[in-house]
Amino acid sequence: MEKITLTMDGQQVEATRGMTLLDVARQAGLYIPTLCYYPDLEPYGGCRMCVVEIEKVRGTQPACTYPASEGMVVRTNTDLVNKVRRTALELILTNHPCACLECHRRKRCSPYDVCLRTVAVQDRCVNCPANEQCELQEVTDYMGLSGHELRLGWTTGHFSVDTSNPFFDLDRNRCILCARCVRACNEITGVGAIDMAHRGYAMKVATFGDRPLKDSICRSCGECLVRCPVGALEPKEIERPTGEVATTCPYCGVGCSMKLGLRDGRIVKVSGDKSGAANEGRLCVKGRFGVTDFVHHADRLTAPLIRKNGRFEEATWDEALDLVASKLSGRRPEEMAVVSSAKSTNEDNYVMQKFARLVLGTNNVDHCARL
Amino acid sequence: MNFEERQKKAIADWEELERGARPRIYIGSATCGRAAGALKLVGVIEAELARHNIQADIVHVGCIGLCYLEPLVDIVKPGRPRISYANVTPRNVGKIIEEYLVNDNPSPELALGVLSETALDGIGRFSDLPMLKPQVRIVTANCGIIDPEKIEHYVGRGGYGGLVRALGMTPEQVIEEIKKSGLRGRGGAGFPTGMKWEFCRKAPGDTKYIICNADEGDPGAFMNRSLLESDPHSLLEGMLIGAYAMGATEAYIYVRAEYPLAVERLKLALKQMEEWGLVGDNILASNLSLHIKIKEGAGAFVCGEETALIASIEGRRGMPRPRPPFPAQAGLWGKPTNINNVETWADAASIMRKGAEWYAGHGAEKSKGTKTFALAGKINNTGLVEVPLGTPLRKIIYEIGGGIPDGKAFKAVQTGGPSGGCLPASLLDLHVEYESLAQAGAIMGSGGMVVMDEDTCMVDVARYFLTFTQSESCGKCVPCRVGTRKMLDILEDITKGKGQPEDIDLLLDLSEAIKAGSLCGLGQTAPNPVLTTVRYFRDEYEAHVREQRCPALACKDLIAFYILPDKCVACGICLRNCPAQAIAGAKKMVHVIDQSKCTKCSTCLDVCPVKFSAVAKVSGEQIEVPGEPTPVTALERDKVAASK
Repeated sequence: MEKITLTMDGQQVEATRGMTLLDVARQAGLYIPTLCYYPDLEPYGGCRMCVVEIEKVRGTQPACTYPASEGMVVRTNTDLVNKVRRTALELILTNHPCACLECHRRKRCSPYDVCLRTVAVQDRCVNCPANEQCELQEVTDYMGLSGHELRLGWTTGHFSVDTSNPFFDLDRNRCILCARCVRACNEITGVGAIDMAHRGYAMKVATFGDRPLKDSICRSCGECLVRCPVGALEPKEIERPTGEVATTCPYCGVGCSMKLGLRDGRIVKVSGDKSGAANEGRLCVKGRFGVTDFVHHADRLTAPLIRKNGRFEEATWDEALDLVASKLSGRRPEEMAVVSSAKSTNEDNYVMQKFARLVLGTNNVDHCARL
Repeated sequence: MNFEERQKKAIADWEELERGARPRIYIGSATCGRAAGALKLVGVIEAELARHNIQADIVHVGCIGLCYLEPLVDIVKPGRPRISYANVTPRNVGKIIEEYLVNDNPSPELALGVLSETALDGIGRFSDLPMLKPQVRIVTANCGIIDPEKIEHYVGRGGYGGLVRALGMTPEQVIEEIKKSGLRGRGGAGFPTGMKWEFCRKAPGDTKYIICNADEGDPGAFMNRSLLESDPHSLLEGMLIGAYAMGATEAYIYVRAEYPLAVERLKLALKQMEEWGLVGDNILASNLSLHIKIKEGAGAFVCGEETALIASIEGRRGMPRPRPPFPAQAGLWGKPTNINNVETWADAASIMRKGAEWYAGHGAEKSKGTKTFALAGKINNTGLVEVPLGTPLRKIIYEIGGGIPDGKAFKAVQTGGPSGGCLPASLLDLHVEYESLAQAGAIMGSGGMVVMDEDTCMVDVARYFLTFTQSESCGKCVPCRVGTRKMLDILEDITKGKGQPEDIDLLLDLSEAIKAGSLCGLGQTAPNPVLTTVRYFRDEYEAHVREQRCPALACKDLIAFYILPDKCVACGICLRNCPAQAIAGAKKMVHVIDQSKCTKCSTCLDVCPVKFSAVAKVSGEQIEVPGEPTPVTALERDKVAASK
C-alpha cells in the first residue's frame, strides 16, 4: 500500500492511498462529527456534518467521501466548516422532535421522572428508544447547539408510525434521512425492500408502492435497525441490558456470532458480534428476534426426558446416554440410522456422521432439513 | 455510394434547391411554430397552390428564433431570393401566396424581410431586422433554414465536414484545436471543453462513454430544444468528433421526455446516420466506432447534473454523488465518461469545420465564441438569439430584444435560470461573459434570460425561484433539501407581510451555508436568486418587512384596490366583472369594494375605462373611501368641465 503524507489542522499525518479524509482524521485521533456515515456502508455524503476545507478546492467537501492524496492540506475546524455544520445540523433539527435537545435537564432525567417541559408527550426524550444512545444527541452536544437556539421553527409529527412489522416499528417523524437503512438493505442484505421515495422536502424512506413494511419484501433482518442513528427504526420490545454474553446462534449451521444482552438473568437484546468471522456482525430475523422467545419459553426442554410407564420423566444426561447406548448395542449396523439437525453447527454434524460411520458402522445418515 | 459521393450530391442538390425551378414555401414548424399554428397553415397553403395549379415544394424548417413573429412562412420564387412573412394566419396566407406567386406582388407590407444580400422590391434585408442584425449565428446557422428531417440538407450546407477534417487529424490534434478555439461548456459552468476532453482521453480504460446532456430544465429556457428540433445533426456531428478525440465508443443522448418532437427528430437523425455510415463501427471507413443511444429523462431537473444524469442512465434514482472521482475517471458504469451540453457539441462541430482561429475570432478574451440565449419575460422581441460572448446586456435587451413592452421601465434581468441571479439596471452595461456574470452574483447558465419590468416584485421573483429549486432538490443532502425549503418559508412570510426584521440577515446567512455546504450544483447555486435580489434590491425586502408594503404592487397579500369616489361615474363595468361580487354600487352611486371579499384579482382595475381611471391599486397605505355607495359626483364635475 502506497504511503502518503498530508496536513490536517496543521499536523502532518500519514495515511495510505485509498483512505478517505475521515479515515485519516480518525486514525490521527481527530474527531469529525458524522451522521450518515457508517463504517460498513458506502459513503453517502448527505448529512454534511463531516465537511472540511481543502486547500485549492472550492467550498467545503465531505470528509467521508473525499479521497486523501499526497500533500493535501485539510482544515477540519474553520469558520466556514463550522458554519456549514451548524446550519446543516440546525436544518436537521427543524425536522426532528428535539425536545430532548432543548431540555437543560436531559442528562438528569430518568425514565419515570415528571417531564417539566411543555412539549407534546410523543416528543419527550423518554419516549424515544434512542434516548442517550442517539447519534444526533451526540453530534448536537459536540456542536454546542441546543434546541432553544434554533432560529428556524420546527415541524414534525405528520407521519403515522408503521407498526406493521412484528419485530420493529418505523417512525418517520424521527427520521433524518441519512439513508443508512436504505444502504444497509441494499448493500448488506441485498434485499432492497426500502428506498428513498419522492424528492426534496417530500423525500422519505418507503417500500415499493409505499406499502406497510409487512406487505413488502422486507425480511425483518433488522440490519437497518442496527444502523439507524436516531430512534426512527425501533424494536417493538425495548429493555436496556445490564450485561452481555457472547455465544453462537443456535438456529442454523452458519454459526453467526452473537451477543446476548442480559438483564436480571433474562435475554433482553440480541446483537451481532462484529468479530464473528461467519457473520461480521450481521444476523437474520431468527437470530436477532427469535432467540429471546424460545430460550425463556415454558415449553422448552432443558433436561433429557425418558419415557417411564407411558410418561416422560426428567433424567440426567448420563441416564439418557446410557439408555441410548444400551439400546444401540447389539444391533446390526444396517438396522440403525442417524438423523441429525440442521440447527447444529457444521462441526457437530461432522462428528455425528463420524459417529455413525465409525462407531455404529452404518452409512444411514440424514438430517432434519430433508424432512 | 460512399460518403464523398453522397456529400457531393447533397451539396449539388442543395444548390439546386436554392436555384430551383419550382417555387418553394418554407414553414417554421418546430414546437414553437406549431404552438403558434404553423401546421394549420399547411392545409391552407396546399389548397391555395392547388387552386392556382401551382407546382411548389413545401419545406418544413426548424426555428429561426423569432418567437414573437411565429408562425413564419418564407416563399421563394425561382430566381428570386427568399422572402419571409411573419405572424402568418390561415386567413392571410392564401392571399400572400396568390399575390406573390400569381400576381408577382410580394406584398411588402406583410413581408418581414428578404434573405439575401440586397433588399428587394421595398422589402428590407432579413438580416437587418433589429433582432437579427447584432446576432452572430454559428450554432443556429442552419436553424430555420434547412429541413431538420433531411440529412441531405445538413450535409448540403457543409455538414459532417468537421468530422471529415477531424478524421484527417490525430485525436490529440483535435483536442488541441478545441483548446485553441477557447470553447467553454455551454451548459452553464463554463469549464474549458478541450481540457475536459483531454482528461477523458488520458483516463485509463478500455471502454469510454460520451454523453450529450439535453435535459434542459431551466424555467423559460429553450435553446437546446430549438437546436434539437431544428438541426439535430449538428450536435451529432460534434459527438462523433468528440468520440474520436477521446477514444469513446459508446454514447448516450440524455434528452428530456417533455421534448417529444426533439426525441422524434433525434431518432430519425440516427437512422439517417446509420444509412450514411456515420454511426456504428468504422465510421467513414476510419477506426472511429460509436454507438449512440437515446435515453429519455423522466422529468427531474436535478438529472441535468452530471452524476445524477449518470445515475439515471444506469437505472438508479437520479441523485448526484460527491466528486471525486470525476466522471472523466469513473462515470457511466464506472468507465471514463465525458458529458457536454447540446450546444457545446454543436459548437465543436462548427469549430472543426471552420477552424479554431475563426471561432476564437468571435467573443471576448476569456469567453470565446457565441452563445445562444432564450429571451423571455417582459421584453418585446421574445425568442432565441445567438450573440458573441462579451455582448453588453443592454444590447441584447434593447437592440435585439426591442426593449420593454408598454413603455414600462426595465427592472432586472435574470440569467442562468434558478441557479442564476437578477441583475439590475445599473449593470445593463455588463458584458455577458462567464467571469463578469459570476462576479455580479449571477451565472451564464445554459442561456435563459428572463427580463423583468417595474411591475415585478423582486422578493416574489426570489420566492418563485426557490419554489422551483426546493421542489426539484433531490433530497439527498441536508442544506439543499431542508435549507431551500426554509428559505422559501421565510420568503413566503415576507411576501405575505409577516416577515421579521431579522429575516433578511437570516436569509443571507442560510444562503452562505447552503452555497458552501451543498453536495451538487443545484444546492450550491440555489441561493443565487435570493443573494442577488437582496444585494441589488434590498430596499424592496425592507419595504415588505418593515412597512408591509410591496413597492411593485405585486404581492397579493400586501396590496389593496380602491374605487376613487371623485372619479367613479358608476358605469357598473367593474361591478359586473368582479368575480368575487366584492363591489357594491348602483346607478349613479359610486361603487365601493368590500375589502374583506376582494380577492385582488385586479379585474376592476383592468376593466375600468382609462378615461375614468377610477380604480387605484396601492400597497402599504389606505385610501379613505366611503363604506357605502354614495351619489356620483365625478360625472357632474366632468360635465361642468366639458361645458367650459
